[in-house]
Amino acid sequence: MTGPAFVSLHDAMERHVRDGMTVALEGFTHLIPFAAGHEIIRQKRRDLTLVRMTPDLIYDQMIGMGCATRLVFSWGGNPGVGSLHRLRDAVEHQWPRPITLDEHSHAGMAARYTAGASGLPFGMLKGYTGTDLVTVNKSHIATIVCPFSGEALTALPALAPDVTVLHAQQADREGNVLLRGIVGACREAAQAARTLVVTVEEAVDQLDAPMNAFVIPSWQVAAIAVVPGGAYPSYALGYYARDNAFYLAWDGIARDRARFTEWMTTHVLETSTHAEFLRLVGAVA
Amino acid sequence: MTAYTSDEMMTVAAARRLSNGAVCFVGIGLPSAACNLARLTHAPDLVLIYESGTVGTRPNVLPLSIGDGELAETARSVIPLPEIFTHYLQRGRVDVGFLGGAQIDRFGNLNSTVIGPYDAPSVRLPGAGGAPEIAMHVKELLIVMKQSARTFVDRLDFRTTVGFLDGGGARARDGFPGGGPRAVITDFGELTPDPETHELVLSAIFDGVTVDSVRAACGWPLRVAGTVTRVAAPTAAELQALRDLQERTRAAHAQHVRITLPT
Repeated sequence: MTGPAFVSLHDAMERHVRDGMTVALEGFTHLIPFAAGHEIIRQKRRDLTLVRMTPDLIYDQMIGMGCATRLVFSWGGNPGVGSLHRLRDAVEHQWPRPITLDEHSHAGMAARYTAGASGLPFGMLKGYTGTDLVTVNKSHIATIVCPFSGEALTALPALAPDVTVLHAQQADREGNVLLRGIVGACREAAQAARTLVVTVEEAVDQLDAPMNAFVIPSWQVAAIAVVPGGAYPSYALGYYARDNAFYLAWDGIARDRARFTEWMTTHVLETSTHAEFLRLVGAVA
Repeated sequence: MTAYTSDEMMTVAAARRLSNGAVCFVGIGLPSAACNLARLTHAPDLVLIYESGTVGTRPNVLPLSIGDGELAETARSVIPLPEIFTHYLQRGRVDVGFLGGAQIDRFGNLNSTVIGPYDAPSVRLPGAGGAPEIAMHVKELLIVMKQSARTFVDRLDFRTTVGFLDGGGARARDGFPGGGPRAVITDFGELTPDPETHELVLSAIFDGVTVDSVRAACGWPLRVAGTVTRVAAPTAAELQALRDLQERTRAAHAQHVRITLPT
């Protein structure tokens, strides 16, 4: 098996993320691939099914810019701050377009990714019992009976995205990828994907990886783009902290359609690289 | 005694419910403040688990999000999120869970999904997150919510998370492993479930609160325990620890991040 191509962020997204695909940009608070999401917005991708446990600001931006028609998720807020106003506007007022929800709990999303990563048709858990999630999402939540004990369990269809995009700390020259710190469901989302694309803080000769570290082997990775600061305003442990002040400020930006559109136009559509974006928002030392 | 706010009283009352050595699944916001206050005061060996995958974490400042670097860097171990929900929570290794919500009903069921109909909500809330399975599996569930007739409702708009379902034996009959809500801590006092019917009953109030004012701030006819106890005001040590924690947190969250790009 061959290793990944090292390409620009533009080329990585253009080659692998196409209109109508099911795309997961994972990373739980940490290592959220913001640069990749912004590039997808710049390329004006449409009709995407977006998959993430916590849509976070990056999907608020992609939904508000009209990239998505479907969202698969389990918690859609701005953590510690409040609402994702663009997600709310799409659900409550169909702006800028209607969005269909495939809604779950965290444990359910984890089970769905794990099933996808394992080549199984469904995942199962002891969960969802007695909740209205079961009522509103019948096509994705069902009951299955254990053939040995007779116990009723909840079954959920496997998630196998067309493309999973991750941000990581390092790739070595072969294209092996290291993630350190909080990894959320990155491992399962990576293994579940048909195509895995990665952005990294840096390319190194040797990974800073002790035995048992979370290293994705090069032959599972389709493309790597080196994008320093690629998780900003989320964070990359060992490189930079989460910009909590930006998360607080986003509430005001996203609350208003006009202000949001102007901000996205200036900061994303009218910048051509992530470095340019970082300089414009004042995140560069 | 120094003056204190009802938020501070609520956080202190929640913290006191946590015993030293317990394994606690922590949600963001007030639960996180209460758990860390407990750890910094009477429960130094409280084991805090955040759903992002940090086990045994001892943050110096409160996280804004559930996966801040502070949680990873002060954790005993950092594991993949699916394992938190399977090997720890579903396996029955968590003693206490801590949740809030936008609405609660008399049996401690919670809504954090929508106000209004699901397909055409007037307010789309964040959704379930970890809540349904936390409430299903922890040995005891604590709920912290500010009380008003708008949030303590006769009927939930959406049942995101199960407390005692319709009360009585419903929860046990449906095979829930965990024990269900142990207490609801509000900005007025505490509600606890009746041992038979599992209906929430006002059992304790804070200083300066009257039973009538609590009943007026409830969307169902709130029952009152035969003896309503008074919750002791925060001690000077509790208040100091909480305010120091929040001051450190404010300073940390106000810092803008600067990234050094390679030249």
